[in-house]
Amino acid sequence: MAAAASMMPIFGHQISSKNDLVLDWSREEVSTGTTIMAVEYDGGVVIGADSRTTTGAYIANRVTDKLTRIHDRIYCCRSGSAADTQAIAEVVSYQLGFHSVELDEPPLVETAANLFRASCYRYREELMAGILVAGWDRRKGGQVYCVPIGGMLVRQPVAVGGSGSTYVYGFMDSNYKPGLNKDQCLELTASALSLAMERDGSSGGVIRLASISEDGVERRVILGDQLPRFSTH
Amino acid sequence: MLGEAEPQWLSEEVKTGTTIIAIEFNGGVVLGSDSRVSAGESVVNRVMNKLSPLHDKIYCALSGSAADAQTIAEMVNYQLDVHSMEIGEDPQVRSAATLVKNISYKYKEELSAHLIVAGWDRREGGQVFATLKGLLTRQPFAVGGSGSSYVYGFVDAEYRKGMNKKECQQFVVNTLSLAMKRDGSSGGVAYLVTIDEHGTEEKVILGNDLPTFFDQ
Repeated sequence: MAAAASMMPIFGHQISSKNDLVLDWSREEVSTGTTIMAVEYDGGVVIGADSRTTTGAYIANRVTDKLTRIHDRIYCCRSGSAADTQAIAEVVSYQLGFHSVELDEPPLVETAANLFRASCYRYREELMAGILVAGWDRRKGGQVYCVPIGGMLVRQPVAVGGSGSTYVYGFMDSNYKPGLNKDQCLELTASALSLAMERDGSSGGVIRLASISEDGVERRVILGDQLPRFSTH
Repeated sequence: MLGEAEPQWLSEEVKTGTTIIAIEFNGGVVLGSDSRVSAGESVVNRVMNKLSPLHDKIYCALSGSAADAQTIAEMVNYQLDVHSMEIGEDPQVRSAATLVKNISYKYKEELSAHLIVAGWDRREGGQVFATLKGLLTRQPFAVGGSGSSYVYGFVDAEYRKGMNKKECQQFVVNTLSLAMKRDGSSGGVAYLVTIDEHGTEEKVILGNDLPTFFDQ
């Protein structure tokens, strides 16, 4: 009878953990999977991002705005954990606003970048945030600063970030040249984001672009059917 | 207590970190690869040719575990020789790819290698097959290896149908160069193999002759 018992099929197997009763997306962390990009040009910067926020395999928000205003002429592009990056951006926004009132003049992009870096480095073990800080100020013009996971700070003429960025390093290296004008930067950013969104499952939706210069901030959206298309076989 | 820890590369698995690419044109194919073999953080061979012949006009590009990939290539080389004697003529590229796929699929849990098979035969001309994890699919071009992630955007943007042999060679060299710059596991020199009905041409492009980009 021992033999029979071992051959018996198991009907209705045990639920191994409470998690099985709960849907996948309600226990996964919300992350901005993402592709973000920022490019400097003479007189300003162009920034861009996709618009997908995922919790596991569910797209929690397909029209996210990952380009967050920190100050009048300073924006940041957020990637990583949605909660972490939103919290950091709010903190930096407050700190920069206060600093700007003390100084009685518009803050520097480098200052904003350093504030991001200070938070990201101090709490590096708890946070998962990759941020691009970009903007215009009177001292150095258009600047892009990269604050990746871990809390490093480096200025670069062109920077990409997020899970989709790995797919477009090659495209960016071959297509970026110093000395591009604003429209060329917008086109480069839109193309790169479109290519990344094609390949990365965590990036998608629409492309949000913004250009920041002395004259202000111009925002635009490229919808799904207007995305740059490439010959795919 | 006295002894130092043994060098890392003695205990790490040897992998061809790699970037490999193959593209077909009207009348043949071009294959390309980098030349770096790493064991952990060490580069154990900086000039390895990862384009391995399976037959006169059929080559495969190796990536993943060096041992696994080389073994698959050698086994298929042997099987293809036997097959070609049995049928009394040059084998088809699809046959070679199928042999590779059979091994990759049957031992998919134990192996960790990805081979791209490309060549020319009289029936279908130039063909490129991907055999990742045991699938078999014909594609106009294929990229593989750790370095390929960095150039997906580039190849998607730059590929056009109907490129000729020279354009394909330039495309392969540009792609390899970009990937080698970004991927820590790819580097060294670039090997190129061009196969068409007239024959097979192997070429090496040394590091300083590779195309450079804006930050170099």
